[in-house]
Amino acid sequence: MRPETEAELAAIIRGATAPLSPVGGGTRLRPGEGQGARLSTAGLRGITLYEPAAMTLVARAGTPLAEVQAALAAEGQRLAFEPDEAEGSTIGGVIAANASGPRRVKDGAARDSLIGVRFVDGSGAVIANGGRVMKNVTGYDLVKLMAGSRGTLGVLTEVSLKTQPVSPASATLTLAGLAADRSVAAMTAALTGPWDVSGAGRLPSGETVLRLEGLAGSVAIRAESLAARLAVFGPVETTEGDAAFADLRQIGRDMAAAAGPGRAVWRIVCRPSQAAALVAQLPGPTALDWGGALIWAETPAEWVPDLPPGAIAARVHGGPGLSLPPMAPALAALNDGVRGRFDPRGILAGAG
Amino acid sequence: MQMPTPDAAILARRAAIVARLRAVIGAGDVIDDPVEARAYECDALSAYRCPPLAVALPTTTAEVAAVLRVCHEERVPVVPRGAGTSLAGGSMPTADAVVLGLARMNAVLEVDYGDRLIRVQAGRTNLSVSGAVDEAGFFYAPDPSSQLACAIGGNIGMNSGGAHCLKYGVTTNNLLGVTVVLMDGAVVELGGPMGEAPGLDLLGVVCGAEGQLGVVTEAVLRILPKPAGARPVLIGFDSSETAGACVAAIIRAGILPVAIEFMDRPCITATENFAAPGYPDCEALLIVEVEGTPPEIDEQLALIRALAQGFSPVEFRESRSEEESRRIWLGRKSAFGAMGQMGDYMCLDGTIPVSALPQVLGRIAEMSEEAGLLVANVFHAGDGNMHPLILFDANRPGDLERVEALGADILRLCVEVGGCLTGEHGVGVEKRDLMGAQFSDADMEAQMRVKDVFDPHWLLNAAKVFPLHVSASRREARRNAA
Repeated sequence: MRPETEAELAAIIRGATAPLSPVGGGTRLRPGEGQGARLSTAGLRGITLYEPAAMTLVARAGTPLAEVQAALAAEGQRLAFEPDEAEGSTIGGVIAANASGPRRVKDGAARDSLIGVRFVDGSGAVIANGGRVMKNVTGYDLVKLMAGSRGTLGVLTEVSLKTQPVSPASATLTLAGLAADRSVAAMTAALTGPWDVSGAGRLPSGETVLRLEGLAGSVAIRAESLAARLAVFGPVETTEGDAAFADLRQIGRDMAAAAGPGRAVWRIVCRPSQAAALVAQLPGPTALDWGGALIWAETPAEWVPDLPPGAIAARVHGGPGLSLPPMAPALAALNDGVRGRFDPRGILAGAG
Repeated sequence: MQMPTPDAAILARRAAIVARLRAVIGAGDVIDDPVEARAYECDALSAYRCPPLAVALPTTTAEVAAVLRVCHEERVPVVPRGAGTSLAGGSMPTADAVVLGLARMNAVLEVDYGDRLIRVQAGRTNLSVSGAVDEAGFFYAPDPSSQLACAIGGNIGMNSGGAHCLKYGVTTNNLLGVTVVLMDGAVVELGGPMGEAPGLDLLGVVCGAEGQLGVVTEAVLRILPKPAGARPVLIGFDSSETAGACVAAIIRAGILPVAIEFMDRPCITATENFAAPGYPDCEALLIVEVEGTPPEIDEQLALIRALAQGFSPVEFRESRSEEESRRIWLGRKSAFGAMGQMGDYMCLDGTIPVSALPQVLGRIAEMSEEAGLLVANVFHAGDGNMHPLILFDANRPGDLERVEALGADILRLCVEVGGCLTGEHGVGVEKRDLMGAQFSDADMEAQMRVKDVFDPHWLLNAAKVFPLHVSASRREARRNAA
């Protein structure tokens, strides 16, 4: 099914008698998702408003991410949260997954750039929330609720986003060969000082990378000062640009593509201070992002992490879907209650 | 301002309810003396007041849960209150409601500089969160102008902003987790590392739900290392429209100041008479603040100067010292006090797309003239969050009604041009009846469904946010069932 309008989409949902699986490009499905009849948003396409001077872009949910990125680039702007991308990814899919890359450590996740949504809920009602302005506390913030809800509350038809000017300059500081604990310590040192670091990660190669962005003079000043601070951790190499972060942004996707049969990929979110101990127990290649708060790990399919308090983990590739730790009963009841209210017939229950 | 008729059955059971509250949190933490309770009859929207049934001042999450369990069993409405600084009536009670005040819960529970977070009890004031981490070189970014007094719990309820949110975001962007007590006394943890949790982003919807979903008792907040320095410039213009156009140009150019503040002539004149900041004689001015080391600041200010020249500024005043910076901010920071000196005022809070600034400022001037009421504009121009102040005399019969009518017209204008009714103050009771200008019935129904899940009997702060006729059937179901 591929509705061409929001009204058609609403009619399909109202008439549905069996589970539906809404998809944009279908590039972010996790194990167990997408079991229902595919409901594609590809027909809901196009940027409906773009005001560079107001840093605002509104696009229909099925608009290819690449089309959004190209429109922004033409005006010297970008999505602050730099989502990972695959052939066919749509802006609606990015939002439904709250897909957020390295710059999250400074400028927030997709949900933090999302300022408005339109969606059709599980009963077929068309609902708008938020708008196209970046400061808005009118009514409940269902915008945040929809971000990352993976299609379980409704099908997004339009999203409004705050955009960001592309930085005139950027630099990457690289430290090679740091063990995970020293790497996290270096990233923490960088993120707790006045350098305005906009990316901090550790690639599977073991390289620790830190990104600075801004006006050219400012980047040069901060790069020199930060390199001096990090010298205690080892030799620091400073390069122009941020190519390493294009790799880091895609790392979960690349790990899944490289994982052979019998292998899984885990996505773990923790406090940076918990990261080194977690990495030590991981039985395969790892990568760190967000200063150590995000860990990507390739593991044997049956392997399950032993999480410290507060940390969360999801098996995102290989083996059956699994999310840890199990939700506390009161929290699970709230989740189920909200899903039940937006999708009383359970039409979207298998979405995500 | 219409509020639901108090539930006579609850008023009649007042003594028994107070006794039950005293049994769970200690006699001294429950106020039922009418004179003492009067301190809780309103918040900063002081035109509307109503003494509550009683006031409970618990000191722990367990005590909050105990109070809520009693109220839940008794089917007594509850109005959560941080510091009572809401400009929208967010913590205004009803006669049949227990005010649950968080003022005694102000402890710092954990600070972790490496992980860049602080965990506090929700009654702690905004400024004292930054105060707790200041010596280590950190701060908590959202800075509502009431930050000396306002509580973090209230900030979360209203998703408060501030002057610096252009760069740092508002409360929701700096909130990693909360402990929230539901109306039935259940204690739930929302959020997690990086604010992320499995399942739905319920933290995101609790923030800004105006205390209607639960009572936040603890919060984990993102703290940031302080910038190396900051410096403002003041730019004067010969028209509000030109100042508005300059804002758009600065944003378009890719410079991201931490703040762009706007004041028009009525506001400049008032602050000049009040605090004598020495502002230029002009129709409108911008205060633009940038951060960094001195050479980084110079680099940004050079760009801003070059851009501003294109708009023929009356004056471009760069601060050369701490004292000069202080004087540039002095007028802006005393603007509300200055307007207060001139008489009564109503402060609006609509947001508009930045591109609509010149058009909306022109239209507000016309509406002000038509209504015969002086409107002064002072606001966060960088993000389009306007604060038109309508001056009036509260003692003159009919003035308040005329002001409210003009205020409503200005807010409808904000919605018409693609904006919203409230950017950072919240809906409360003040803008409750305008919600239909921005939302369809289906939009509001979707929001109310969330409350149905968190608070099925509609006991928490229930007569707010949604127009009374829209929420009536839900609120009355509780009463009819009782």
